[in-house]
Amino acid sequence: MLLIYCPYCEEERSELEFRHGGDAHIARPTNIADITDEEFAEFFFLRDNPKGLIFERWRHIHGCGRFFNAARDTVSDKFYASYKAGEPKPDLSAVHPATEKTVETYEATEGTAK
Amino acid sequence: MAEQALRKAPLGGFHGGSAVAHVTAAGPASRLSLRAGADAVSALSKALGLDLPTRPKTSASSDGRHALWLGPDEWLLIDENGADLAALAAKADVLHSAVDVSHRNTAVLVSGTKAAVAIASASPHDLSPAVFPVGACARTVLGKIEVVIFRTGEQDFRVECWRSFAPYAFGLLAEGAEDAGL
Ligand SMILES: [Zn+2]
Repeated sequence: MLLIYCPYCEEERSELEFRHGGDAHIARPTNIADITDEEFAEFFFLRDNPKGLIFERWRHIHGCGRFFNAARDTVSDKFYASYKAGEPKPDLSAVHPATEKTVETYEATEGTAK
Repeated sequence: MAEQALRKAPLGGFHGGSAVAHVTAAGPASRLSLRAGADAVSALSKALGLDLPTRPKTSASSDGRHALWLGPDEWLLIDENGADLAALAAKADVLHSAVDVSHRNTAVLVSGTKAAVAIASASPHDLSPAVFPVGACARTVLGKIEVVIFRTGEQDFRVECWRSFAPYAFGLLAEGAEDAGL
């Protein structure tokens, strides 16, 4: 069982109390009426699915109820940091190497092997 | 045809537990789900007659009335004497949300030398005295349901759950209490 640090409860709690909330730091375009459908789809639907470090929203839904952000490694599931919603991304270069840019999508790995 | 609705205790007739962890249904109480910002805390504390706690996992108690910290702007108030908590909160002339949940919740009391073990059989929350001393409270999970655990004594816990889940909570706790006695 994973233990996740809640920055509002100020302690580690069982993963059973939490709900994943998708990528963090997704900024809504300020000119949303002007952008193309493709640009809107990029903002609204498409996520990077990185192998390695990812910044995500989590909700302590069965605890204090608060949304917060956390940095997790998608391979090892290790949590590197949790921080309150609204706070900037922490600098994790000292504890975590840069994320691999390669994204293993179906198209990338299987798309040409018809 | 019945002339009036009869109030039925959700856990009426339930009994269980073991010599090391007694499991009993708590008596009726009034309850309030309270939400308010930091600037409203002192006025609401005055109106409710106890200091609303502002630190995680802490509570305040006075004459059978308890205020449990659930989140940074959320409290569960319980009055074992049945006071009208919403009316009391309304006396504070500050922005807040107060919902009477007296009949939404019920509670199971677990006490005994192995009360914490009985609860831990179904909940991942750390109940060891160092991190969950007397007066500590937390919303967490018990099996498949959400509960609020409140430590009222060294060996006494109050487990608040939703009324319709009460038989499930009681069954799990009674089973945990039996296992704790083996
Ligand atoms: Zn929390």
